[in-house]
This record gives sequence, C-alpha cells and structure tokens, in this order.
Amino acid sequence: MFHWLEKNPFFFAVGVFVVIAFAGLIEILPNFAEASRPVAGLKPYTVLELAGKEVYKKDNCIACHSQLIRPFKSETDRYGQYSLSGEYAYDRPFLWGSKRTGPDLHRVGNYRSTDWHENHMWDPKSVVPQSIMPAYKHMFTNLADIDTAYAEAATVKAVFKTPYDAPNGTKLGTLDEGRAAALEEAKAIAADMKNQSVNDEVANGQIPEIVAIIAYMNRLK
Amino acid sequence: MQSNAALEYDYSVAKLFTFTAILFGIIGMAVGTLIAAQMAFPELNYLIGEYGTFSRLRPLHTDVVIYGFMLSSVWASFYYVGQRVLKVSMAESKLLMFLGKFHFWLYFFGALAVVVSLLLGITQSKEYAEFEWPFDIVIVVIWVTWGLSIFGLVGIRREKSLYISMWYYIAGFLGVAMLYLFNNMAVPTYFVSGGIGSILHSVSMYSGTNDALVQWWFGHNAVAFVFTVLIIAMIYYFLPKESGQSIYSYKLSLMAFWGLMFVYLWAGSHHLVWSTVPDWMQTMGTVFSVVLILPSWGSAINMLLTMKGEWNQLTDNPLIKLMVLASTFYMLSTIEGPIQSIKSVNAIAHFTDWIPGHVHDGVLGWVGFMAMAAMYHMAPRIFKREIYSKKLIETQFWIQTTGIVLYFTSMWIAGITQGMMWRAVDEYGNLMYSFIDTVAVLHPYYTIRAVAGLLYLVGFFIFAYNMVKTMTSAKEITEEPANRTPMAA
Repeated sequence: MFHWLEKNPFFFAVGVFVVIAFAGLIEILPNFAEASRPVAGLKPYTVLELAGKEVYKKDNCIACHSQLIRPFKSETDRYGQYSLSGEYAYDRPFLWGSKRTGPDLHRVGNYRSTDWHENHMWDPKSVVPQSIMPAYKHMFTNLADIDTAYAEAATVKAVFKTPYDAPNGTKLGTLDEGRAAALEEAKAIAADMKNQSVNDEVANGQIPEIVAIIAYMNRLK
Repeated sequence: MQSNAALEYDYSVAKLFTFTAILFGIIGMAVGTLIAAQMAFPELNYLIGEYGTFSRLRPLHTDVVIYGFMLSSVWASFYYVGQRVLKVSMAESKLLMFLGKFHFWLYFFGALAVVVSLLLGITQSKEYAEFEWPFDIVIVVIWVTWGLSIFGLVGIRREKSLYISMWYYIAGFLGVAMLYLFNNMAVPTYFVSGGIGSILHSVSMYSGTNDALVQWWFGHNAVAFVFTVLIIAMIYYFLPKESGQSIYSYKLSLMAFWGLMFVYLWAGSHHLVWSTVPDWMQTMGTVFSVVLILPSWGSAINMLLTMKGEWNQLTDNPLIKLMVLASTFYMLSTIEGPIQSIKSVNAIAHFTDWIPGHVHDGVLGWVGFMAMAAMYHMAPRIFKREIYSKKLIETQFWIQTTGIVLYFTSMWIAGITQGMMWRAVDEYGNLMYSFIDTVAVLHPYYTIRAVAGLLYLVGFFIFAYNMVKTMTSAKEITEEPANRTPMAA
C-alpha cells in the first residue's frame, strides 16, 4: 500500500490529511458547546475594559503574565480561587499566557488598586524594588482606542450573541452611548490617579491607555 | 520531454530564499539575544521607546526566527531538493518559475509588513499566530502558492516514486495549512459594526477554553510541522547525499513518518495540563506525547544508523558533524518534551523557564544546525564555488555548541528552581517566598542565557560571513560534487 501511495501523490496527500485531521476531530470538537458556557453572574466586558484588554494585547502582556490559576494550594494561596472554564466565556482571544516571568493576573483586581497600578506602570521598581518589568510610560500618553473596543463589543453581540444590553448586565447601546459610558468609567478611575496629564486628558474627554488598562486590571477578579 | 541528457536544475528561487534565511536569521537571533539580555538587565528595555520593551519584541523574535529564518531555509531547500528528487527542472516550466518567484517576493514583502505590524503592536495576541486578518490573507496566498509549486513539480515529475523528503514537504504543507486556517478564524469588527474603529481589528471565533484548545492544537503542531516535519524533509535528503550513504532503513522511515503524522496532533493539549480544559484531553495530550518518542526517535535513529561504518566522516567533515549533532539534539528534545508533559512534572515545569529551555535545545541544536548544514551543502552547487572556509565552520560549530549547552542547562536550573520556589511552604504550611524572590534568584541564569544567546549569534555571523564569501570570492568549481561538499581549509 505504501509503495502505491508513494507513486500516487493525490491519494498520498489525502491519506496524510485524514491521519493528521483525526486528532482535532476527536480532541477538540466535542468540547465546543460545553466549554463556552459562562459561569453564573458573568457580565460581558464594558467598552472601557475591552479597550484596556486591547492595550494588554498590544503591549503583549501575555509574554510574561498568565491568567490561569492552577488547582494547587500553592497557587490558590498566592492568587486566589483556581480558574474556572466558564469565567473565560467572553474572552476572545483567551489570554492565559504560557510563561510567568511575572505573577499571574487572573484575579489581580482583588488585591491591587488603581493607585498601585499607576505607580507600577510608570515605574515598576517604585513598588517592587527588584522588579525586572519594564516601565510602560507610553501608556500615559497614548490614547486608548474606544471606537474599536465598541466595534468589538457590537461584533460579539451580533455574531456570538454575547448578552450585552440584557437586564442587570453590561449596557452597550449606540456608539455615542458607548463612548459616553466609557468616559464616565474613565473619570471614576482617573479620580483615583495622581498623574496630572492623565487627569487633564480625561477632563477633556480623551482616555489614555493607562486608564483603560487599569479598568481591565480592576475587572480581573 | 524525456531525455537522457543530465538535467540543468534552476536554483534561482533557492538562491533568493538562501539570502532571506541569512537576513532573517540575523534579525531574529539578534532580537532574541537582546530580549534575553533584557531579562538580566532590564535597562535594555528602553533602547527604542515603546517599541523596544521585552513584551513587544518577544513575538518579533519568535516569528522572525520561525517564519523568517526557518521557513526561508526550508523553502531554499525545497526549491533545491524538490527538483532533484523529482528529476525535473524548474526551467522546464514557465509557470513553475513564475510561481516560485511570486512565492518569494510576496513572502519577502509580507514578512517586512508583519515585522512593522508587530512593532506597532497590531496583534491578535495568540502566540505564533499574532498577525491580524489582512496579514493572514496574504499568508494564506503565500502558502497556497507554495502548495501549487509542490504539486506543480510533482505533476511534471520524471521520477514516479516520491522520495521520503517529498512526503515530509507535502505533509508540512498540508498540516500547517489546516492548523493555520482553523486557528486564525476571526471576525473583522470593522465590517460587522458598520465601519467603526480600526479596520485591522478582529475578534476570535472561539472564546476562552475553546480558543485555548484551538490555539495550542495550532501552537504545538505548527511548531511541529515547521520545526520537525520540514526539517526531517531536509535531513533525509542532505545527510545521505553529503555522506554518500544510503538511508539505513526504508521500513523505519515509513513507520516514523506515518507514526509521526498520526500521533503528533494529539499532543497539543499537553500545553494545557492543569488548565480548565477537561481532564481527559489533558491526559490524551500526555499519553500521545509519550508515544511520540517512538516516531521521533525512529527518524533520529534512522539518521544516526545511516552513518554506520562511516563515523570517521564525523571528524573530517564538519557538515556531517552539524547534522549528526542536529539528530542528537532532536533526540534530546523529543525525550524532554514528553517528560514535561507528564502531569506531576508539568506542575513544576509549566510557566517556568524550563519551557523556553526545552524549545531552544530543539531549535538551536536540531533546527538551526540542520538548516545551516543544508545551506552549506547547497551553496557550492548553487553558486558554483567551494565553501570559503572549513575552519570557520569548525569554529562556528564549537562556539554555537557551547552556546546551546549553556542555554539549556541554565534554563533547566532556572525553571526547576522557580517551579520549586513557587510551591515551597514553611513548617506552618505558608508560602515561603514572595513572587519577586523567585524572580531575583534567576538573575545569574538569565545572565548565562544571554551570554549563550550571544555565542549562538556570533556563530551565526560566522556562518553568514562564510556564506557571503562563498558566494562572492571562493574558488570556482567546474563540476558538481557528487557527495562531500568541497571546502577550502
């Protein structure tokens, strides 16, 4: 049979494809419906949180930080309750990371504050003297992309039926409403921040990346 | 078409990909050395403002090395080996020549665009699949073009039986195509939302745990198909050719090939051990990772036994030395991976530096050495000049081997140290170390690793210099060497 396959490239290619596709069919597909169910009470991300998630992606925080607490006592002692599949139901993409050069962040919102993040992102060594994390000062000047975040929310609502605008859930509304809500949320965060230019920007209706990423960090609980 | 005259193969496309392999090798490894140094000396994060942080540069390192250096050398080898094992010349078909050139230029400019996009932070943040959807479309076109080249050459072949290397090229093409397409399924938000925000942005079709499953099915296996399957394609041609030996066993090649194809794809879920993926999938990942030793070692042993009775070549031909060491590192890497996939070991190893350590004994030892050996073998046949300096290959070999050993030993120690410190408890059951303690302790290992990276990079510069000299000023040769590559002392 193998000799014959080697002389018949078409059937050879078909054979290879069937053999390699097999694992995906058995291992990946069956889980699809099961694993996308949200845990009770999980709310979709607000527009500002999504914009913050974009900053997290843009600066590729997953290169050093995980968002996956494994079910070991040493991990739950350090980071809190171990992670559940349903908590990630609205994460597109998933941001588990594969390396912990820095600590896990899945529940960082439980034990770090806006003020801590502000100091840390400006100069990590000011709060953790031995830190090897770079400062992300550009987040204080670059503006977050609120419109794209709104577009993402609108897309997942339309295509994947993510429950925006449900009773007691996250409100999305129109683009203008989304922008206004993001700004309101940003103002509440900026009120806890001391950086003058960030406060000025927010007062002017602009949202620097740092405000968005702090909104996202605070949401991770 | 049938003729008895010796075929004049056309290497113009192989030549172009050889250039980019050298270029992207230098860029990718230089960035890698820089980010390794950043972990030991964080001040190095601020060389080019927001574009120079570790986090922004890390995908640039991985992607330029995988898709720049590695794919370029794979394609250089394909546009060389393909013609020879199928007994057709690309010069016989205008269409194939066009496809080859189109393949190269689209790839080259696509790669440059991708480099810029990664520096700007335009990313899906999925490892090794960072590129946003417009880049993905270009990548698909590049890949399909390569497929057309493969099957075009196969279509007009004179040698009816496909040689083992061709099995692996075809499998590599199909595997990566399937994995890349499924993993990058995403919805562009600009169009669905009616023209709001960035046109480049998209959102993954899969969420959370499902996305993780698809991503690591891709992440593990795309690496497998580029770093394993396509490199095996190379060694099955270049080792027998360079040594003048026949492949040790045809049956072993069959077993290793079909075994690898079936087993490999299951192993992706070993990246998700102790995650929220169902237990049975994690266990499947572990079991198949262990089984994977069989086909992996099957190929490697087949290569080593091919040298049976000719081990003297190891001492007097540096290309044999590179390829034998490559096979040996392949064996090391493919026993280490399964060990790490076992649940109790994974609990310590996952998220630590042992993982990059594992990756690098594979890529630096197996993949890098094989790629460079292949290019050294091809150069005199493509450029009609002997290798500029044998001594430089020897020098390079020892510098890089030292680098590899320092790299993986320092990362093994770093990873196990950190994994043990994360879980260490005192007599009352409280955690003994704060997280930052487990970072500070790694400084010496990070320093050693940066030095190791530098050594490998220096070796690569020697390779690049030797290649450029070979292309431009080495002694010309009139007749193509049958086996052993001619080189000046």
